[in-house]
Amino acid sequence: MVPLRSILPHMPSARSGGFVIAAFLLLALAVGPLPVGAQDAGGTGKGPGTEDAKADDAKAVDAKPSDKADAAAAPANKAKAGKQDAAKKTMHVVYLGKEYEEPLPLSYAEKVITDKGIQGARLMLQEANQAGNFVGFAFELEEAIVPEDGDVLARAKEALAAGHRFFIADLEPDDLLAVADLPEAKDAVIMNIRSSATKLRQEECRQNVFHIIPDYAMRADALAQYLIWKQWPKWYVVRRDTPEDQDYLAQVQRAAKRFGGKVVEDHLYDLPPGARNLDSGHQQIQQQMALETQRSPDHDVVWAINSDDDFGDYLMYRTTMPRPVVGTQGLQATAWDKSYTESGGMRFQRAIPRLANRPPVERDYTAWLGLRALSDAAQKSGAVDPKTVKDYMLSDEFRLEAFKGQALSFRTWDHQMRQPIILGGGTRVPVSTSPQDGFLHPKNLTDTLGFDEPESKCKF
Amino acid sequence: MTRIGLATFCATALVLAAAPLAHAETIFVSNEKDNTITVIDGDTMETIDTIETSRRPRGIMLSPDNKELFVAAGDGDIIDVIDTKTLKITRQLESGPDPELMDIDPEGKIIYIANEDDSMVTIMELASGEVLSEVPVGVEPEGMAVSPDNTLTAATSESTSMAHIIDNETHQLVANVLVDSRPREAKWTKDGKELWVSSEIGGTVSVIDPTTWEITDKIHFEVPGLRPEQLQPVGMDFVKDESLIMVPLGPSNRVAVIDTAKKEVVDYILVGQRPWHGEPSVDGTKYYVANGLTNDMTIIDLDTLKAVKSVPVGRLPWGVAVMPGKPGA
Repeated sequence: MVPLRSILPHMPSARSGGFVIAAFLLLALAVGPLPVGAQDAGGTGKGPGTEDAKADDAKAVDAKPSDKADAAAAPANKAKAGKQDAAKKTMHVVYLGKEYEEPLPLSYAEKVITDKGIQGARLMLQEANQAGNFVGFAFELEEAIVPEDGDVLARAKEALAAGHRFFIADLEPDDLLAVADLPEAKDAVIMNIRSSATKLRQEECRQNVFHIIPDYAMRADALAQYLIWKQWPKWYVVRRDTPEDQDYLAQVQRAAKRFGGKVVEDHLYDLPPGARNLDSGHQQIQQQMALETQRSPDHDVVWAINSDDDFGDYLMYRTTMPRPVVGTQGLQATAWDKSYTESGGMRFQRAIPRLANRPPVERDYTAWLGLRALSDAAQKSGAVDPKTVKDYMLSDEFRLEAFKGQALSFRTWDHQMRQPIILGGGTRVPVSTSPQDGFLHPKNLTDTLGFDEPESKCKF
Repeated sequence: MTRIGLATFCATALVLAAAPLAHAETIFVSNEKDNTITVIDGDTMETIDTIETSRRPRGIMLSPDNKELFVAAGDGDIIDVIDTKTLKITRQLESGPDPELMDIDPEGKIIYIANEDDSMVTIMELASGEVLSEVPVGVEPEGMAVSPDNTLTAATSESTSMAHIIDNETHQLVANVLVDSRPREAKWTKDGKELWVSSEIGGTVSVIDPTTWEITDKIHFEVPGLRPEQLQPVGMDFVKDESLIMVPLGPSNRVAVIDTAKKEVVDYILVGQRPWHGEPSVDGTKYYVANGLTNDMTIIDLDTLKAVKSVPVGRLPWGVAVMPGKPGA
């Protein structure tokens, strides 16, 4: 008998924890030895989409209920496992990135994260191989991250010359377009996991680029729907003037028109950023923020647009009128938030810290999701060539599970991933998820977020 | 609260012990948010007790002899075992992290537990709680189903979208079947000739032939006026001598009724919000389904296929188990 354990918080047992690490280590070796259980499973698994794999698998598919009780069957399977590995379909994915200088977090106490994105891709590589092992697929991740002054285009050419066609692009718009426009990249499949620039989904869309990360239009619409639902239609914008900020502002104005909100004033914040360390600086900030907001017309919320993250958080609790802050700070519209736990999301919240020793950020999720879209499409379509994978991702068959409580898919008109958007950030529990109740769409409710087909300027 | 519940239960139990009813049964509902089990008298449909459990009770099932109730408490990383006579937790099983669903072999000797957070199926001796094996499966295992002849166990992995088939003797995987996204539950027909798997995000139910491990039928759902993404099959329960299978469809607030011979949906029954799991009554005339968002349980009459009544339970009800007889009897 197991003694009654007190009903108190406690950690998972060391036994299981150790097992997990062991399993991960084994799985990380994509083409190396597999865990015993998985090896035995080798090629016995077959799905409806793995028709091509049938011939390869045929020899190993001998485990039937009638003979499975026969203990001799197990060693027989094991002997075939080696052959099975060689017959695996392999998808090679290149994680193309550049060490851009990124804005520092406004809080001096906050850790500067230098491995955003890649950790999510590494996690998905483990998961993809864990699944692939069962059905004859292997996945490889080539980490191609160039330094800040490195030549990402040359690195992309190198990968393309080696015959690789699947890319996770952790790139800013100019670099992304340069890679996508390479003649040899014409038949590539490039997952944009980093840039929210709307032009990449509109005038500058590319047939070989898929957008995992939501654009500014989706983010503005997600927040706007919530504010309209709350009956807070008057928005006072306080912003900087970077290209990202201008893009976001245009989308906030577009969202106001779409959903019946109003930007009552567009106020440019022009105090220079300065050092992050506050010491007694909070006293000045307290006065400055009051000044920034005291001449504003009547408004329901302050909409901060500050992509460089150098003042937005200062607004909270310091506005002249007691008003909530939303936008790039305060309540944010995001693909992932550290407070999100619904629809199995705790698994991702737990898995990234195990790997990266820090909580997940949005780009970890989009990188995870980008590789997941590719690996899922490969396994379900049964093929690893770019044409089949791309066609499958754009078909009605593609229904991706990713902790959002509904299937994710791609918009055919601009290759943007349709997805519910989390409203959170800075809160210990998420505030909401958009689309909000009551915002209707004839086909897909998530298409109320961002550019719908009739509005799209994208021409492939 | 509990004390009052217990007093009520004792009084009820005494009365009922004196005059046992023909179809007396007790319904247990796990309440994910409240960390409790609501105990309902099947005759009066009144709550007779509320049992406090470890955190986040979800999967709930009875031992084959109905003497023990097993409750998977995901946030407690434990399985609470409740004595169905006393309604007290008598012991706990060290299930490994985040247990969600489980199944017990027909002899009541072995329990198979899905550990959602570490991609393992834990195989445990029921009496001793001793772990016999941990079988690595796909990511986020959930549904567990022991075959009626006790030779195989199916485990679904939600993130990997597969049904993994474990040999109960060797504890090795014998097959892995790719199904649609987020498979939640697996159920065998009594003759062991079909394995049914629900795919929540894929929005389908697959029927697998265990001789070939091929999907032979795939059932889709369609309700006029509802968007496809709302039709999310989760639980599945055979009723009416397996002529029908009941499939709660989550956000569509409906339970689908599938003709198991034709593999076609014959009806959609409107219930409370977000039904996930249910269980038929002991005599097979009713189906009880837990409605997650409305904190109640709907009773469906299986002869007319109509929802006849809803009874309040705890917050975020998740699973249902039904026991013949009364506690203490």
